[in-house]
Amino acid sequence: MAIAKVLGIETEFGITGGPDQDPIIASSVIVNAYAQRGMTHINWDFEGETPGVDARGLAGLTAFAPIVETQLANTVLANGARLYVDHAHPEYSSPECRSPLEAVRFDVAGEEVLRRAQRFANESLDPAQAITIYKNNSDGKGNSYGCHENYLVARSVEFGDLVRALVPHFVSRQIVVGAGKVGVETDRPRATRPVYQVSQRAEFFEEVVGLETTLKRPIINTRDETHGDAERFRRLHVIIGDANLSQYATAVKLGATALLLAALEDQGLRGFPAAPRDPVRAVRAIAADPTLHTAVDCVDERSRTAWDFQDELWTLAERYVAEHGGDAVGDHNEVNFILDQWREMLDGVRDDPAAVADRVDWVAKQRIVQGYRDRYDLAEDDARLRAIDLQYHDLRPGRSLAARVGLRPLFDEDSVNAAIEEPPATTRAYFRGQCVKRFPEAIAAANWDSVVFDLGDGPLQRVPMPDPLRGTAALTAHLFETNSTAIDLLSALGG
Amino acid sequence: MVEQERIQKQRVTRPTESAPEVNVDTSKGEQLKADLDDLLDEIDEVLEENAEEFVRNYVQKGGE
Repeated sequence: MAIAKVLGIETEFGITGGPDQDPIIASSVIVNAYAQRGMTHINWDFEGETPGVDARGLAGLTAFAPIVETQLANTVLANGARLYVDHAHPEYSSPECRSPLEAVRFDVAGEEVLRRAQRFANESLDPAQAITIYKNNSDGKGNSYGCHENYLVARSVEFGDLVRALVPHFVSRQIVVGAGKVGVETDRPRATRPVYQVSQRAEFFEEVVGLETTLKRPIINTRDETHGDAERFRRLHVIIGDANLSQYATAVKLGATALLLAALEDQGLRGFPAAPRDPVRAVRAIAADPTLHTAVDCVDERSRTAWDFQDELWTLAERYVAEHGGDAVGDHNEVNFILDQWREMLDGVRDDPAAVADRVDWVAKQRIVQGYRDRYDLAEDDARLRAIDLQYHDLRPGRSLAARVGLRPLFDEDSVNAAIEEPPATTRAYFRGQCVKRFPEAIAAANWDSVVFDLGDGPLQRVPMPDPLRGTAALTAHLFETNSTAIDLLSALGG
Repeated sequence: MVEQERIQKQRVTRPTESAPEVNVDTSKGEQLKADLDDLLDEIDEVLEENAEEFVRNYVQKGGE
């Protein structure tokens, strides 16, 4: 039986404005603005990321940093997420979730966190310095930033099998979950420059397998940082994905990938389609052809379109669920919902795009870009078409085009707000989030696999959490109910 | 096939969240066009006024 597909999404947001128009300062302003007003502010613990740093050395940084804080800010939120400055972007890393739909809810909560942070920051800034945040992946000028997924995989799965199973999926899934893009940003012959692409990110990938994330980006990333028990688990870090505004797209992106990983764990490579001969060329060619006609040569001498790959992968996932159930991914209803939506969106992009424009981001965006171009008879490189692309991803309610195109929501406002204030109940994020919420003054730092307490006297005490499936509400809620102080909690834990 | 039966069953029981289907293809097409026209009107209202400058000034550093 495949292990539970604990999963989450990390999103780097585009950002403009701020003091001196400096994106690093603007990102710090955003994180600090939220730290002061939102439910948060524990320092991130770099133990294991930068060895040698004493956790106590970070303990002095608490709330009420000046609004223009240029230090790269790092916080843990009461929902178990991490909000911080990564390079020159604000980044929200969702807490670990036990199912795709749960992860979607916490991803949408992240959008709302950034929206609130933007509002808090702009209340204190000169209007000329107002900050704007975008949930997208490129600036149209060759600079890309990521939306990464993480999945818990059994260590016993050979890495080579992961590559073999996932390359066909990562090359082709963009036709269902791509976010769409006007124009092209990388060098290619003028005659083959597409006017519109299926994916924001596809053209930035240059290798099949590798460790890099910023240069020579690989389709399969080899970073092996488990943030847990590395003998039992692997954290598959996926860097080839677009940030979605469609909640259905995020659900299918996560759910389809998690189902394929569970199938690989339980039944090996049986049923996975052969990979393209040249995956990098394939991922770019598929992105550049919104008609979806492009077929690529595969190592089994067949030629497949992206739709063909996805059709085979869907069939594999559907059979896997019929034979094994989908418990590793989610409950019966949720897994059926994922399969059903994946199928509908896949058929829709080929046969009836209008029917899925309420769920597929690249179709929704293409509809308004093409409609606007036709209405005003614009040239294909008119700046207004690029502006529509950018503004699709604008988080401001008054400007967001994604909020206007009729995307179906999966979660109402109340359940999104709850995901800002409460951690998921079924992973270790529960313990982290409850500690941040209840004992912020007693926590020196926290990270994915531990919480470090500073009780004022004596050494710092680290509570390790190597298993993402422990520290859940079922295992620890009674401890929080019966222990009202951090000291009591730690002695109850046997610390 | 068992699988196909299961899929069809799911489709029947799927919650109907979307707008009611219009029967005739042509009126469906007209409806889609009217919806798009309304949407484009709205986009005209909220689109950044100086698109050229807005697009030029949107420069990010690479990330990840």
